[in-house]
Amino acid sequence: MFFFDDIEVGWRRELGKHVFTAEEIKRFASRYDPQRFHMDEEAAKQSNFGALCASGWHTAAVCMRMIVDSTKRLGAEMIERGEKPARSGPSPGFNDLKWLKPVYAGDTITFTSEVVEKRASESRPGWGVIKTRFTGHNQNGVPVYQFDGIVFIERRSA
Amino acid sequence: MSLIYFEDLAAGQVREWGPRTVTREEIVAFASEFDPQPMHLDEDAAKQSILGGLAASGWHTCAIMMRMFCDGLLLNSTSQGSPGIDETLWKKPVRPGDALTVRHTVLETRASKSRPDIGLVRHQCEVLNQRGEPVMEMRFTSMFTKRSAA
Repeated sequence: MFFFDDIEVGWRRELGKHVFTAEEIKRFASRYDPQRFHMDEEAAKQSNFGALCASGWHTAAVCMRMIVDSTKRLGAEMIERGEKPARSGPSPGFNDLKWLKPVYAGDTITFTSEVVEKRASESRPGWGVIKTRFTGHNQNGVPVYQFDGIVFIERRSA
Repeated sequence: MSLIYFEDLAAGQVREWGPRTVTREEIVAFASEFDPQPMHLDEDAAKQSILGGLAASGWHTCAIMMRMFCDGLLLNSTSQGSPGIDETLWKKPVRPGDALTVRHTVLETRASKSRPDIGLVRHQCEVLNQRGEPVMEMRFTSMFTKRSAA
C-alpha cells in the first residue's frame, strides 16, 4: 500500500471482477446464510428476489478478496520500483454497507475503491486513518453493493 | 416453533444464541478464500502483526454471526432480506477456539411506506466471546412479511 502521506482523497482504482456462479452462491450460503433464496432456484423464484441470488455477506467477502489482491499487486509494483510499501493495520469496522440490488447467479461484479477521507490517528502516532468507499457494479453498470471501510495506514514520516 | 412474522418482533426484545466455537481450520479456510492476509492465515506471521496472533477475518465474524442469526431466527421467519448494515465495529480479535455468543436486540419496528405487505426491523447484534468480551457489534435493518399479508 502507498503511505498515508501519498494517498489523496478522490484516489480511485478498479480492484477486480468476479463472476458469481450458482454453485459458489449455494456453497457460501450452505455455510453462512442458508436462506431459501440463496440455496435453491425454485424457492428463490417464489421469493421477493425472483431468482437465485448471493448472500449479501458472500458479496462482501468477495469484495474483501478483491481488496486484498489489489493491495498485494500494488505492494509488488512498489517493490519492483525499489520503493518500500507502507503497512496497513487492522480495520476497526465499516459503515453504511448497502446491498443496493441482488447479485444473481451468473452476474459479473466489478469492484472499485475511492478514498473519501483521511486523517491522522490520535491513538496511534505514526499512523493515519483512511476512509474508502468500495462499490460493486454488475455487468449492466448497475451499482449493487457499497460500503465505507476504515483502515489504519503507516505514515512516511514515522 | 411457529413462524415469526413482522408483528412478532417488538422493540426491546432480546434473544441470545450460541455458543459456537470457531476453529483454526475454518479461520484459515475462510481467509484463504476471501481474506488472505498473513494475520488470518499463519501463526508466525500473525504474531508479528498488530493483532499479535492468528485471528479470524472480520468478514468471517460477520458471516458466523449471520449463520447464528439464521439458525436462531431468520430461517423460522418471514425474512425478506436486508438493504444493508448501518454500522459494524470490530472490537477485539476472534481467536481459534473462541466460543461466540450473539446477543440480538430489536431496536425498532416500522411499516414500509412503499410496500404494505412488508415491515422493517432495526436490529442490533453484539457478538461476545467466552469471557463475555464484545468482539463485534452491528446495527442493521431487515425486512419481514407481515402476518396480515400472509
